[in-house]
Amino acid sequence: MSLILDIAGLRVSLRRGGHLVRDVSLQVATGQVHGLVGESGAGKTMIAKAVLGILPDAVRVSTGSIGFKGTDLLSLSPRRFRALLGREIAMIPQDPLTGLNPSRRIVAQMTDTLRHHLGQSRGEARGNALRLLQEVQIRDPEKVLDRYPHELSGGMRQRVLIAMAFATEPSLIIADEPTTALDVTVQKQILRLIRQMQERHGTAVLFVTHDLGVVAKICHQVTVLHTGQVVEQGSIDHVMSNAAAPFTRALMAATPRYDQPADALHPVPEAVHQTLRDAARTFDGRNP
Amino acid sequence: MTTALLNWRILVGGGIVALLALIALFAPLLAPVDPLEQDLFLELLPPWWQADADPTRALGADSLGRDVLSRLIHAARPALIVAVVAGTLTMLLGTALGLMAGYMGGVVDTLISRMVDIWTSFPAVLLAIMLVALIGTGLHSVIIAIVLIDWTRFCRVVRAETLAQAEMEYIDAAVTGGLRRGAILFREVLPNILPLVIVLLTLEMSIAIIVEAVLSFVGLSVSSDSPTWGGMIAEGRQVIHQAWWVMAFPMGLILIAVLALNLLGDGLKTALDPVLRR
Repeated sequence: MSLILDIAGLRVSLRRGGHLVRDVSLQVATGQVHGLVGESGAGKTMIAKAVLGILPDAVRVSTGSIGFKGTDLLSLSPRRFRALLGREIAMIPQDPLTGLNPSRRIVAQMTDTLRHHLGQSRGEARGNALRLLQEVQIRDPEKVLDRYPHELSGGMRQRVLIAMAFATEPSLIIADEPTTALDVTVQKQILRLIRQMQERHGTAVLFVTHDLGVVAKICHQVTVLHTGQVVEQGSIDHVMSNAAAPFTRALMAATPRYDQPADALHPVPEAVHQTLRDAARTFDGRNP
Repeated sequence: MTTALLNWRILVGGGIVALLALIALFAPLLAPVDPLEQDLFLELLPPWWQADADPTRALGADSLGRDVLSRLIHAARPALIVAVVAGTLTMLLGTALGLMAGYMGGVVDTLISRMVDIWTSFPAVLLAIMLVALIGTGLHSVIIAIVLIDWTRFCRVVRAETLAQAEMEYIDAAVTGGLRRGAILFREVLPNILPLVIVLLTLEMSIAIIVEAVLSFVGLSVSSDSPTWGGMIAEGRQVIHQAWWVMAFPMGLILIAVLALNLLGDGLKTALDPVLRR
């Protein structure tokens, strides 16, 4: 299995000082789904944005490399990087409500990358968009093409966004919490759909989420983050059955279960947080 | 927002605006007499429904015996020229600067935003009078003055909206689709702020009509021998106790024009927004 994404020693820092991601390394192989789990502020979205080159202005990659099929994305010229984006690397946005442009029809948005990267004609691209909508099992795909985003439900919009991500047959898709904004039943369908599409197209996926339950359903590999540090990494079976890090174990214990009463919720103990915060502080002491 | 209500605003507002435009366009054909012709026997003649009115002077005559109706019709020309030309130029300048400030950020944004701050700290009408006094009177000067003063109105709104749109995830999605920044600005951002810009344009046109009236009121617009609504108000002010109609008709016309433009803007806002349009 060849590596699609090879992040090595990635450090993301605020320009005015302070680190958000502290020397994270992770690999995603062809056709694999790699889960990136952690609490809010753990730095998972920053890693995703660093790969896509859309870090906020106040933030930058200070050290490390992001290898994509053997080339370091960070060393590419903006022009060559843009040629990869949307062609070889695609994104499924977090929020289906704002992930689509409210004033453009679905067909216009779906055909952008097909026309831009693959040079397809309007009609050709429309045909492909239709085929993609059928593949993500949207009812009435022909009609949906000519609709505006506000005329679709949240689940349908997320299906459109998934179809768009797979449009150019990229080798890597970055999915940033693609199911967080959806309700639980729709969430389950969307997860299944992403997994189906990913298997059918042989696409590698970096799947960002805060939900270990989601990771267990969809991922082959998992990286657990806390305060921008890797606390646990490995295959999903290994991590789920014998997690080494106290934080991973606490996180698994904190996942609510429907077969247990609500009073059995276990928050992650403060001491576990504190240990990891101390580790982050030690890291910052060594790397100002 | 029902379709009926939406149509009502556009129909009434747009209808009145279109009517005014037609009147301005065909002024020489529509005006019953020469607007400059003086007849001192008809001095301060009342409108048609009052006693001792003259049927050839339907809306009465002013202190020099000139026909009020003909003057109103001819004065629609400078008013609408200023509204359309100044409104459009203001929109282009303000929107371009607002897009640049909002989308490029950094030094460009700081520079443009500070300029807007300084600009808006001047009282607008005084600034207009100052500018026209500097560059000379005439329709050109009025238009230049309005554009130089009011571009901030578009700039502020467009910048704020561009910033808001740039935060949206679909912009990230477009960036990660490999599109260039320029393409994203025009294809993704602009369609979302266009309804706002068009509404502002109608507002700006009504403001331009008022500014033109103010400047002609103080005698700084077109030369005094061609009629303007503001000039008519200034002349009528001196005879308000004897002949209210000389001042009341141009005031009423300005009011109607401004209201119609604002109504049209409101209607367009809902009609152009894909979310409100259903």
